[in-house]
Amino acid sequence: MTTLISRIRITALLCSISFSSLSALAGETKDAGGGGAMENRIEIKDFAFNPQTLKVKSGEKITWVNRDEEPHTVVSVEKQFKKSSALDTDQEFTITAGAPGTYTYFCSVHPKMTGTIVVEK
Amino acid sequence: MSDYISHDHEHDGIDRRGFLKCMAWAGTGVLWTVSGGVLASKTLAEIAKAGTPLPATDLSFLQISDSHIGFSKEANKDVTATFKIALDRINAMPTPPSFLIHTGDITQLSKPEEFDTFDEVLKSCRTKDVFYVPGEHDVLNDGGKLYRERYLKRVEAKGSGWYSFNKNGVHFIGLVNVLDLQAGGLGQLGDEQLEWLEADVKGLGADTPVVVFAHIPLWTVYPQWGWGTSDSERALGYLKRFGSVTVLNGHIHQVLQKIEGNVTFHTAMSTAFPQPSPGTAPSPGPMKVPAEKLRSLLGLTNVEYKQGKTALAIIDSNLS
Repeated sequence: MTTLISRIRITALLCSISFSSLSALAGETKDAGGGGAMENRIEIKDFAFNPQTLKVKSGEKITWVNRDEEPHTVVSVEKQFKKSSALDTDQEFTITAGAPGTYTYFCSVHPKMTGTIVVEK
Repeated sequence: MSDYISHDHEHDGIDRRGFLKCMAWAGTGVLWTVSGGVLASKTLAEIAKAGTPLPATDLSFLQISDSHIGFSKEANKDVTATFKIALDRINAMPTPPSFLIHTGDITQLSKPEEFDTFDEVLKSCRTKDVFYVPGEHDVLNDGGKLYRERYLKRVEAKGSGWYSFNKNGVHFIGLVNVLDLQAGGLGQLGDEQLEWLEADVKGLGADTPVVVFAHIPLWTVYPQWGWGTSDSERALGYLKRFGSVTVLNGHIHQVLQKIEGNVTFHTAMSTAFPQPSPGTAPSPGPMKVPAEKLRSLLGLTNVEYKQGKTALAIIDSNLS
């Protein structure tokens, strides 16, 4: 089953050992700047992902931005997409939605923080 | 750096409010003394200020926690300075502790340069023997590899970094509960570590004082904020038969204490920044407070200082 596709810019090469179900990696971690117009954004604030459930279309980008003073991560519960590195304040992490399905993720630093992405065709 | 504290030294004798203020601004440590198998704690500031020598004890050691080197936000823009002040306090003690225990979150982001800064500053400490357990901030991107390379040199660590050692008849156990955390869960020790723990204490007499230290509390402080360890009950089960068990944790940046049977649970303050009391803020993030408010907030952490004849014990009797 193909899944969400992710890429971390800096570590793209290091991380190129992809999970079996993944194809191309296409995400990045960066400091928050202008932000793309049609991006699906998930804000991390007060130790929560907002929105907690996000619906996107396959092929769309999803960007998390950390607005807390604590570092957070974005990690697929089922390891269906590449995890982010620890995001410091105002850092972003972007993936591209892959195959339709429901993907749960959490912050591996604060595992009480969980979220869901629903990818529609 | 130490100006604030020096100035404070020249003023009145320590009172509760002044002391709390000092603690809040300067970061602090807690000195534990073992006498007859019962641990009592004494605040560093009190010892330094009163100039009283430690009572004759079998052993004394010191816990510091949550230095978060690299943090530079509003709650404390210079955590290195406050860490230094904490070390100054240790150095000012009439009788230095035998060793230090650091209960994790040495750094903010597990960066090599943050560890470097910590190590460099720590060189100023008269007490050279330090035992560590990692916080989640120390194992962010590499599963704790860098942490283990640096901080486990003097112990025989197993697995992801747990170990035990004996000092003056006291058995110390350093546990790791910040790795391989599960979605929706709390801190975690894991089966391998728990099995090791069971075997580790098996041969000990029940009268052996046991000190367990780990970053995240090994009791459920506030699960909504992840302040607890999912499988700590099992660990405590292995320690049930001991007459004196002391559990020392960090993570929550405030002093809380609970006594349950023969087990005393205690969390230490951070040397970096305070965190809110459980449930009193939208999140457990760094607490930004003005100086004058700080004292009262710390005063609300339900810490009671019960003065004994020779020691100022910290006992939180209000925590249920």
